[in-house]
Amino acid sequence: MLNEDNLKRVDELRKRYPTSQALMLPVLWMVQEQEGYISEDSMKYVAALLHIPFGHILGVVSFYTMLQKNQIGKHHIEVCTNVSCMLRGSEKILEHIEQRLGITVGETSPDMKWTLSEAECMGSCGTAPMLAIGDEYYENLTLEKIDKLIDNLK
Amino acid sequence: MNIRPSDIEQLKAWKRVIIPDDRDLYKIDYYLAHGGYKTLKKALEMKPEEVIDEVKRSNLRGRGGACFPTGLKWSFMPKNSDKPKYLCVNGDESEPGTFKDRQIFEYNPHLLIEGTIIACYAMGITAAYIYIRGEYGKWIKMLQKAIDDAYANGLIGKKILGTEFSTQVYIHRGAGAYICGEESSLMNSIEGGRGYPRVKPPFPAQIGLWGCPTTINNVETISNIPVIISYGWEWYSKIGSSKHPGPILVGVSGHVNNPGVFEMPTGEPLLEIIYKWAGGVPGDKGIKAVIPGGSSTMILRGDQLEGIRMDADSLKVAGSSVGTAGIIVMDEDTDLIQVITRITQFYYRESCGQCTPCREGTDWMFKILKRFQRYEAKREDIDLLLDVANNIEGNTICALGDAAAWPVQSMIRNFRDEFEQRVQASRLQEITH
Repeated sequence: MLNEDNLKRVDELRKRYPTSQALMLPVLWMVQEQEGYISEDSMKYVAALLHIPFGHILGVVSFYTMLQKNQIGKHHIEVCTNVSCMLRGSEKILEHIEQRLGITVGETSPDMKWTLSEAECMGSCGTAPMLAIGDEYYENLTLEKIDKLIDNLK
Repeated sequence: MNIRPSDIEQLKAWKRVIIPDDRDLYKIDYYLAHGGYKTLKKALEMKPEEVIDEVKRSNLRGRGGACFPTGLKWSFMPKNSDKPKYLCVNGDESEPGTFKDRQIFEYNPHLLIEGTIIACYAMGITAAYIYIRGEYGKWIKMLQKAIDDAYANGLIGKKILGTEFSTQVYIHRGAGAYICGEESSLMNSIEGGRGYPRVKPPFPAQIGLWGCPTTINNVETISNIPVIISYGWEWYSKIGSSKHPGPILVGVSGHVNNPGVFEMPTGEPLLEIIYKWAGGVPGDKGIKAVIPGGSSTMILRGDQLEGIRMDADSLKVAGSSVGTAGIIVMDEDTDLIQVITRITQFYYRESCGQCTPCREGTDWMFKILKRFQRYEAKREDIDLLLDVANNIEGNTICALGDAAAWPVQSMIRNFRDEFEQRVQASRLQEITH
């Protein structure tokens, strides 16, 4: 299932850790980057690759919020609503995005373009309010900035 | 006499060492040309125990929240071990209100790498894992680039700078679990498991990563190491508060005009940090409450801030703690019921579920607080809430149970009137509807 490049990376990673179980998170990240999410079949594949029981992998995948068990939208918008962002108006930001996209928190748009989540503090408190799409942070948000961002991604 | 740069002249003279103004330090050639990795060379010429002694005498205390003396922690590592030894550098940075380590990854990654290698040398460690929260994908790439550059220059790997010392430095990416910032949970996460904290003792210095002696230090703590070795313990121990000295990265967020991370000596007056460094409160409003060190630390009343300094001892006396030095400021119009409900929701969501008091208690507290938020609270709910919090505190494997209880306890202790007013308002709403 993992492509050749990624399998090479797995071999490199094996040198970094004394056990193959320690490759769990790096390999699950690889699967998610390649496939978009971690399906049950992928978990079975990782179980065979790392010689770890499937149940253990399921336990890990279900523990970490960033690991997706289901397919999500092309753009995963995560809006921080924790204290520092809340004090600077994240509630309005979230409401505005819900209106613009026509979905509520936790939902994926029917065309699989957007998934909207509420996130816990992402370490951007000095530039609050903020949201993240993938690895990219969008900070010091205003409603205008959000409109522009969504228009650009459409 | 310790330097107290709250005096304006000294403040101007304060030269930042962890995150200097220089924005090119992330480039290895530039870093090397400006004295970078010279401290590593100096450290490698010292005996390992001399390095530990230097750190011990500097009085450096961990910057991850617990303020444990770093040199003492290092000295717990066995000198002769037939097992490999490991260093974990904690860059999980998920305490709400904390955004300092990110600045180091971005602006001074080689300082962190240099400190990591020196720490490995001091403790005889052959592999270091820098654990970074999964959300920091962008910063992981930045730090990885710096590590690759350091490898290419013979600064990490085999026979570093022509000496007999070899060590490896790796990044391990987390995947979105607050609990993994807890040191034993972090180790379980690296080992490829769910991030469950471990029972202590045994402490990591005896049985840590893969059952081997391990030390876990915060990113900012490790970044202080080259500064200590370079300038010497005497210089370092005179910066800021004598019992908790050194430069500290203070983050200020919430209702301030100029939020951000500021490097300053420990012991700056809290009010000066808010008004001078962070530009004061928008609209010149009054301050209702301040969380001084990340959301787990006890909340302070706005009218009790006078005289409090940003160091471990002063905040302890004030009934809180320095934590991760992430200050959250709330102005006079803030709805504190909403604040504490949101904080509690965070702990409810992030409880790893291993210990019953925390798993069930955070859920219960969140439910009660939602009643306050919906104007459906009864008078006995205040004491019920406090009772649940008191039964979480001290009854869990890790300190994060306490971290969930403290905000609630301190909020009721300091702002009981707000809860009582909400009870009144709830009754009123019940009658009128």
